[in-house]
Amino acid sequence: MLTLIVILPLAGFFANGLLGNRLGKPFVTIVGCGLPLLAFGIAIKSFLDLLAGGGAPIVETAFTWARIGGQSFDIAFWLDRLSGIMVLIVTGVGSLIHIYSTGYMKEDKSYARFFAYLNLFLFFMLLLVLGRSLLVLFVGWEGVGLASYLLIGFWFEEADNARAGKKAFVTNRVGDAGFLLGMFLLYWATGTLEMDKINAAFMGPTAPLVSASLVGILLFIGASGKSAQIPLHVWLPDAMAGPTPVSALIHAATMVTAGVYLVARMSGVYMHAAFASQVVAVIGLATAFFAATIAVTQYDIKKVLAYSTISQLGLMFLALGVGAYSVAIFHVYTHAFFKACLFLGAGSVIHALSGEQDVRKMGGLARKIPVTFVTFVVATAAIAGIPPLAGFFSKDEILWFAFSSSRGGSPVLWAVASATALLTSFYMFRLVWLTFFGKSRMDPKVEHHVHESPKSMTGVLAVLAALSVVGGFLSLPHFLEPMLPLPEVPESLHHLETPLLITSIVIAFAGLALAAFFFGNGAVRAARVREQFGALHRLLSGKYFIDELYERVLGRPLVWLSDRVFLRTGDRMLFDGTLHGLAGLARRTAGVLSRVQNGNLHLYAYLVIAGMAACLAWSFRHG
Amino acid sequence: MLLLLAMALFALGLMGVIIRRNLLVMLMCMELMLNGVNLSLVTFAQQTGTAAGAVLVFLIFVVAAAEIAIAIPIVLVLVRQRRTLDADAYTDLHG
Repeated sequence: MLTLIVILPLAGFFANGLLGNRLGKPFVTIVGCGLPLLAFGIAIKSFLDLLAGGGAPIVETAFTWARIGGQSFDIAFWLDRLSGIMVLIVTGVGSLIHIYSTGYMKEDKSYARFFAYLNLFLFFMLLLVLGRSLLVLFVGWEGVGLASYLLIGFWFEEADNARAGKKAFVTNRVGDAGFLLGMFLLYWATGTLEMDKINAAFMGPTAPLVSASLVGILLFIGASGKSAQIPLHVWLPDAMAGPTPVSALIHAATMVTAGVYLVARMSGVYMHAAFASQVVAVIGLATAFFAATIAVTQYDIKKVLAYSTISQLGLMFLALGVGAYSVAIFHVYTHAFFKACLFLGAGSVIHALSGEQDVRKMGGLARKIPVTFVTFVVATAAIAGIPPLAGFFSKDEILWFAFSSSRGGSPVLWAVASATALLTSFYMFRLVWLTFFGKSRMDPKVEHHVHESPKSMTGVLAVLAALSVVGGFLSLPHFLEPMLPLPEVPESLHHLETPLLITSIVIAFAGLALAAFFFGNGAVRAARVREQFGALHRLLSGKYFIDELYERVLGRPLVWLSDRVFLRTGDRMLFDGTLHGLAGLARRTAGVLSRVQNGNLHLYAYLVIAGMAACLAWSFRHG
Repeated sequence: MLLLLAMALFALGLMGVIIRRNLLVMLMCMELMLNGVNLSLVTFAQQTGTAAGAVLVFLIFVVAAAEIAIAIPIVLVLVRQRRTLDADAYTDLHG
C-alpha cells in the first residue's frame, strides 16, 4: 500500500520520460496527473487506516537493500501521524499543481519532459517523507535535489537558468555534507539509522554516548541547505528561474519544508539538545526577519514570494527551536496551501501578461483577471495572518510559543517574530497593490493581450484559496500531540495569551494599513520614503549583498586557487609537464634509433650477423 | 670432411649476401646458405644414426621452395618499377 504510493509517480516518470514524446500530450496529461491523483487517493486510504488503528504507525518493508555484518538496511516505509500529514500535503498539493501545469505549460515544447520531472520529484519527495530510516530519507533528500536542479534549469537554453540550477545544487551539497556527518555520528552512536529507534534511544533511560547538540547542529546544517536558511539561503531566490508551477510545488509547498520535517522527525534528538535548539531558533528567526526586509524592496513578483517563503520557513524553524514541533508542521501545512496559491496566482498573472514578472509594469489587473485577483487576495490575507484564515492560526501559535515556551521561548524572540509578521503583512499587501490596484503601467502591447487563465488553472487557484480559508480550523498540533507533545508553558504566562492574540491580529491589519497608505494613490509616499532612505533601500534591494560577499570570499579565491594552483601549476606544469617530458624523451630516443633503420638490406644483414655473433659469443662464455 | 664443405657453402653464401648488391644473386646466395645447413644436418644425422636431421632437411626444402616462390615475384615487381636489380636502390622502408 505505502509502497504503491511511492511507486506510482515513478511509473509516471518512466512512462512520460520514455514514451511521452511519442504518444502525445493527451497521454502525458492523463499519466502525469492521473498517477499522482491515484497516489493521493491511496494516501487518503492509508491515512484513514492509520486513524482507524488509533494512530499506531503502519510499517511496510519493501525490500532489504543491503545486509552488512549483522545489520540489515531495509527500504521500509513508515506512516504515522507526522508522515501521514506530509504525504497528504505532498500528494494533494502536488496533484493540484500537476493539474495547474497542464494549463500553464500547454504551449511548451517539452511538455512531456516537464511532467516526467514533476513525477520524478514526487517520487523522491514521497520516499523522503515515508522513509523509515535516515538512509531512505537521504536518498529522497538527494533525489528531490536532483529533481529541483532539473526543473530550475528546465529552460536550460538560457545560461542564467542553468546557472541557477547549478547554484541550488551546489549550495545544497554544502548542507548535505553536514547531514551526512550527522548520520554517520548517529549510526556510530546508536547502531541504527531507523529514525523511530534513534528517537527511542535518545528518549530511553540511557542516552547514547554522543552529544545530542552536535548531531542536532549537523542535521540542521543539512536542513538549512534544503530549507534555505541563513547562510545557505542564497539559492532559493535564484531558483525562481524555473517554471512557476515548479516554484509553487518544490520551492514553496513541499521540498523546502523537508528540512522542517527532518527536524520534527528527529525531535527525540532535539529535545535533548538545548544548544542545538537554540541555534535552530536563532537562525530561523534571523532568516525570517532578514528575508522579510529584503522582500519589501523586490520588484520581481516571484522574487517577493521567494523571500517570503524563506521568511516563513524561518518562522517554522523558530517554532522547532522552541520545541513546538507540531506547530511548525502546522505552519508547513497551512503554508503549503496559501503559498502554493500565491505562486500559482503569480503564475497566472505572468501567463496573462505574456511573461512579464516586474510589478513596476503591472497595475490595475483586478478587473481584468478577477479569479486570479480574488484567490491571490485570499491567500495574501492568509499569509498576513488575518483571522480567521489558515495562516492566522499557525502563525499565532508560533508567536505564542516563541514567547512562552519553557524550551527557550523569550519576549525577544516574540518581538522580532512579530516584527517579521508585520513586515510579512506589509510586503504581501504591497505586492497586491502594485499588481492589481492603481493605474495600469503595462506595455500597451502586453495590455492588449491580457486574459484570464484557462479553467484548469483558475480551478486549482480556487481550490487552494478555499483551503487557505478553512485549513486553519483543523487543529494539527492537537492531532500530533500524541507523538509531538507541545512544550510546557509556565503558569505565570497563561494570562498573556489573549493580549498577544489581539496584538497579532492588530499587527496583521497594521501591515495592510501601512501598505495601503504607502502604495495607494500611485505609490507616491513609497517613492518619497525610498528617496529619503536611499542607502537602506540600496542595501535591501541588493539583498544585503550576500551573493556579492560569497563571490568575494568564496567564489574568487576558489577560482584563483583552481586556476593558478590546480590548473596552471598542478595540471599543466606537473602532470602535463611530466607526461609531455616522458613522451618527448621517448620520441628523441626513437629518433636516434630510427636512423639505424635506413632501408639498406646490407646494413640489416650486417646487424643480423653481428647479433648472431654476439649470441654465439655469449653462449660460449656461459656454456 | 663433409662438415667442412657445409661450412664453406654457408660462409660463401653469407659473404654473397653481404657483399653482392644484385638482388637475384643475393637470393641465390641465401639458397647456398640453406644448402650448407642442409648438408650439415644430413651429416649429423648420419653420424648419430637418427632420423631427426633428415626429417628437418625436408622441412627446410619446403620452406626454401616457398620462400623463393614468393621472393622471385617480389623482385620481378620491383625491377619492373625501377628497372634495376641493385639492392641499395630500394631503401624506401627507412625509419
